Amino acid sequence: MTVDTSKRQDQVSDLPPPGGLAIQGQLPRWAVPGGLAASAVVVGLVLAAIGFSVGLFVVGTVVLFAVGLYVASRQVEGSRKATDRLVTVVVSSAFGLAVIPLLSVIYTVVSLGMVRFDGEFFNSSMRGVVGEGGGAYHAIVGTLLITALAALMSIPVGLLTAVYLVEYGKGRLAKAITFFVDVMTGIPSIVAGLFAVALFTYLVGPGARLGFAGSVALSVLMIPVVVRATEEMLKIVPNELREASFALGVPKWRTILKVVIPTSIAGIASGITLAIARVIGETAPLLVAVGLTTALSFNPFDGRMATLPVFAYLSYATPGVPREPYLERAWTAALVLIIIVMLLNLLARLIARVFAPKSR
Amino acid sequence: MGKAIDAKNLNIYYGSFLAVEGVNMSIRPKTVTALIGPSGCGKSTYLRSINRMHEVIPGARVEGRLELDGQDLYGPGVDPVGVRRQIGMVFQRPNPFPTMSIYDNVIAGMRLNSRKMRKDATDQLVEKSLRGANLWNEVKDRLDKPGSGLSGGQQQRLCIARAIAVQPDVLLMDEPCSALDPISTLAIEDLINELKMDYTIVIVTHNMQQAARVSDYTGFFNIEGTGKPGKLVEMDETKTIFSQPTEKATEDYVSGRFG
Repeated sequence: MTVDTSKRQDQVSDLPPPGGLAIQGQLPRWAVPGGLAASAVVVGLVLAAIGFSVGLFVVGTVVLFAVGLYVASRQVEGSRKATDRLVTVVVSSAFGLAVIPLLSVIYTVVSLGMVRFDGEFFNSSMRGVVGEGGGAYHAIVGTLLITALAALMSIPVGLLTAVYLVEYGKGRLAKAITFFVDVMTGIPSIVAGLFAVALFTYLVGPGARLGFAGSVALSVLMIPVVVRATEEMLKIVPNELREASFALGVPKWRTILKVVIPTSIAGIASGITLAIARVIGETAPLLVAVGLTTALSFNPFDGRMATLPVFAYLSYATPGVPREPYLERAWTAALVLIIIVMLLNLLARLIARVFAPKSR
Repeated sequence: MGKAIDAKNLNIYYGSFLAVEGVNMSIRPKTVTALIGPSGCGKSTYLRSINRMHEVIPGARVEGRLELDGQDLYGPGVDPVGVRRQIGMVFQRPNPFPTMSIYDNVIAGMRLNSRKMRKDATDQLVEKSLRGANLWNEVKDRLDKPGSGLSGGQQQRLCIARAIAVQPDVLLMDEPCSALDPISTLAIEDLINELKMDYTIVIVTHNMQQAARVSDYTGFFNIEGTGKPGKLVEMDETKTIFSQPTEKATEDYVSGRFG
């Protein structure tokens, strides 16, 4: 037997020893960075000869690297490992591809927005400003007020609708509501703006522009998002908790108020915060329903108001003379908007963490 | 505390589907009654109809009479919420409220109903209920910790403490040990033996040894085939059911010759 075994090992080394594990070849650790560097050099040299371009260089390097790694790995490690390495490269490249535009946007907005990211931008309006100086204090106030009003209208309506759909709704009415919520989710934002304009033309008179109209338009967009988010959260509350509460002789409404909603409050709160973040950057409905003004206004029920998205859009689309100060202010407004949305996202995470049920 | 339950010609439906047919059963006060039978034979459905948890499922309804000490539980004007306050329930999987501490879980029946109680009265109730559920010594130092941090067996005893804190007359248990290990099961069974001093207990179980160990009376449910309604085949003292049952089907089932 012993003779037999040693003989076999000599002859066919890649066959597993009887009863043991297969010992396979393995590419050295430096194969991945080394291969990548080598591909970059090769592609770089080729491109240097025929004319260099960054895009072609990156794509060429990745393709060459993927093919080379696959072939090498297939030789040394076998086809399963080779496929694994190929797919790893493809997945990583797809991730890189998705991140590039994101980083590019952040870089552009931060670098151009930092120019006017100063005290004056945050404490002065555009009243009487022509050219340099001025700020977006009025637009920040407008955005926060209009969005807060929209949230004030949407959250109760959306929350109660979701509670109805999950806890009470059955039959045709619930189906109809679900259908219309779906339809509302897909409404283009300009339609919501035109709806608000039409409503306030009817209520106030033609040519009416007021912050509250913007709030109405935003809440049309926000309600379906709140309903959907809350509905999903309420649905994942285990039925056992409801039954446990019922079995203690707790009426249904108290069960919903004191068991179902507290159990899912983390998800609901973060869903609502994300819904706010979603509408705070809407431009089109505010452009038609609220318009723009240069002066500070704290009253959303009287006259036009400035908002950050509209301020950025109009500064960029119709700058005055000279152009530069207008463009700088537009970029800074965009940066402030991104920061607000980011803060809201952080807030959502914080809320989710604070309210989440703890196990120890 | 501890009341009798009488079912008279009880038919239980899910929509138009007759799930359990013609149950006649008398459960005496302060006894343990075990309901055994194969899966899908309607024992849990019957159990849930006793405290009107059955009708929580849309389309579910009941025909016939179900009496608690002579009072019709399904009579006109009877509030299911009131019924559930008198007939507590422990479920198959332990389900403490995840947002509440151990302390709050025990008095959840009061807290959720916003019943005002003095602090020392609540403290006493919590201790009494946890002692009643044999859990006090294990959790007395961490009453403010979440109930979901306990082990499965402890969670189930917490649920029992929660059920007895509202001082019901009857305690229903739907396979309370099926998710627990043998040691926790033993703890719950000991507890059932103590609880029957004060409460009428009805327990659904798949474990025939358990039924033999804990119950005074046993009811055997069976089903003739899928789509047919489940029926109460016979009910008698546990000793009789396991040694000399009247029906052939019962004998086959308890001796393991069934299906």
